[in-house]
Amino acid sequence: MNNRHKWIAFMTIVRREIHRFMRIWPQTLVPPVITIVLYFVIFGRLIGGRIGEMSGLPYIQFVAPGLIMMSVITNSYSNVVSSFYGSKFQRNIEELLVSPTPNWIILLGYVVGGMSRGLGVGALVTILSLYFADFSLHSLPITIGIVLMTSLMFSLAGLINAVFANSFDDISIIPTFVLTPLIYLGGVFYSIELLGEFWGSVSLINPILYMVNAFRYGMVGITDINIAWSFGMVGIFSALLFFVALNLLEKGSRLRS
Amino acid sequence: MNQSTKFALQISQLTKVYEDGFVALKGVDLDVAEGDFFALLGPNGAGKSTTIGIICSLVRKSEGSVTVFGQDIDTDFSAAKQYVGVVPQEFNFNQFEKPIDILINQAGYFGISAKVAAERAEKYLLQLGLWDKAHVPSRTLSGGMKRRLMIARALMHAPKLLVLDEPTAGVDIELRRSMWEFLQEINKQGTTIILTTHYLEEAESLCRNVAIIDHGQIVQNTSIRELISQLNKETFILDTREKLSGCPQIEGYPLKQVDTCTLEVEVEKSQSINELFAALTSQGLHVVSMRNKTNRLEELFFDLVAKNLQEKGNE
Repeated sequence: MNNRHKWIAFMTIVRREIHRFMRIWPQTLVPPVITIVLYFVIFGRLIGGRIGEMSGLPYIQFVAPGLIMMSVITNSYSNVVSSFYGSKFQRNIEELLVSPTPNWIILLGYVVGGMSRGLGVGALVTILSLYFADFSLHSLPITIGIVLMTSLMFSLAGLINAVFANSFDDISIIPTFVLTPLIYLGGVFYSIELLGEFWGSVSLINPILYMVNAFRYGMVGITDINIAWSFGMVGIFSALLFFVALNLLEKGSRLRS
Repeated sequence: MNQSTKFALQISQLTKVYEDGFVALKGVDLDVAEGDFFALLGPNGAGKSTTIGIICSLVRKSEGSVTVFGQDIDTDFSAAKQYVGVVPQEFNFNQFEKPIDILINQAGYFGISAKVAAERAEKYLLQLGLWDKAHVPSRTLSGGMKRRLMIARALMHAPKLLVLDEPTAGVDIELRRSMWEFLQEINKQGTTIILTTHYLEEAESLCRNVAIIDHGQIVQNTSIRELISQLNKETFILDTREKLSGCPQIEGYPLKQVDTCTLEVEVEKSQSINELFAALTSQGLHVVSMRNKTNRLEELFFDLVAKNLQEKGNE
């Protein structure tokens, strides 16, 4: 396969993935948008007014970047985990396995598909958030950079989950018992300054804290974490997950007998 | 096969031991010449699908080597995969996608541009009678249509070797015949075909060479003609014009009465069927039609498998 062939194979996977989530948009695009709107209404409008300011910002402005990041994380992850596991379940993953498409192209194709949904939903939620809160973007490169890296990282994690999953239950265990607690404890709704020294330090092992804070910094200019450190953490995690995912595909773990 | 024969597939000492310890293949050696229409036969669990799985890299081999048109599937996997098209036993396409999308995507995975893929998809969907279903969700297709869709998908990258794992399973006779014609045409155009099937008349009608695999070993590898020539006797069903008053007795020909106008007889290779007809005519019985009781290849197949089983028992 020359580079042109590889590019065609890559774009075929990406197009197929985008087509998949667009075809079932009432399941893939509408629910996350409704969920986030409810967060805005409840935490922003109804409760937010009583909370007052957080880190010097109106609560709705503080919480909005975290909510956008939450939608990017969950949608990037769930797109890849459900699509890849669905392909395993229906065995149409074999269409790719019998082809000369290199594993790294397969991996990138699925990941870019997941990122497309994550970023697409993130963009929809950002547009809706403008109705609830006023933003003056603090740093576009940081905002774009961290959202891309976060989406990449969780798309990779979704693929690893799908490789190991043996049933549809297995693809909901990680989002329910790992991802959701990490998101809720990752500084989406509060500043870690509120936690005190001990729990604040414990929070530092949560990778989502770095992503949410970097994104918040990009949007509104405040953070609990050093931004360079945030990018470094997300970069290291993404690289680690990329090599794990690629290794699983190369070995054919749970894909080839 | 002489020394100048070019091989589409060469398998040497192929062994597969699954994680649970089950030995599916025990040192299989197999050569398939370029342009051949080759049958791989065997009972359930014999190792046919494992062999096919290894050829198309869905199953990891434990030992041995496989080359496709001279390209090793381990060291030259990209080139080797370009040569192979596979039609698996079970439906393995996304049932929510449309046939046209399934075909165009499959071509894309082989690096074929969307324009060329669209032309090929139309060609094969038309040839296989699926064009009017091109834009419906594939889950709405009948079983036969799904099988044809998988054949079309396997051909999208113009493979030189087409591997079909029981492609006509569950397909009605009329459709099966039309699929045979299609496959024969593909083979005439130069595509080497390897076929596994439970319908042995399918192998007899389509294939020139055959290997029989049992318990992970090749027990016979020869031409279909040579295999059939090994038959020592055949069982025929004879329909008589006259009603039978009892079972006629003819020396050397063990006859059985099936019903009032039907007889069954075993004829050995050394015997003449004309002699039997003459003897029946002399008894006032005229044969109006005759057919094989079972497929000839089927009888031989069962003999070989039973023999292999017996040898295993003796060991």
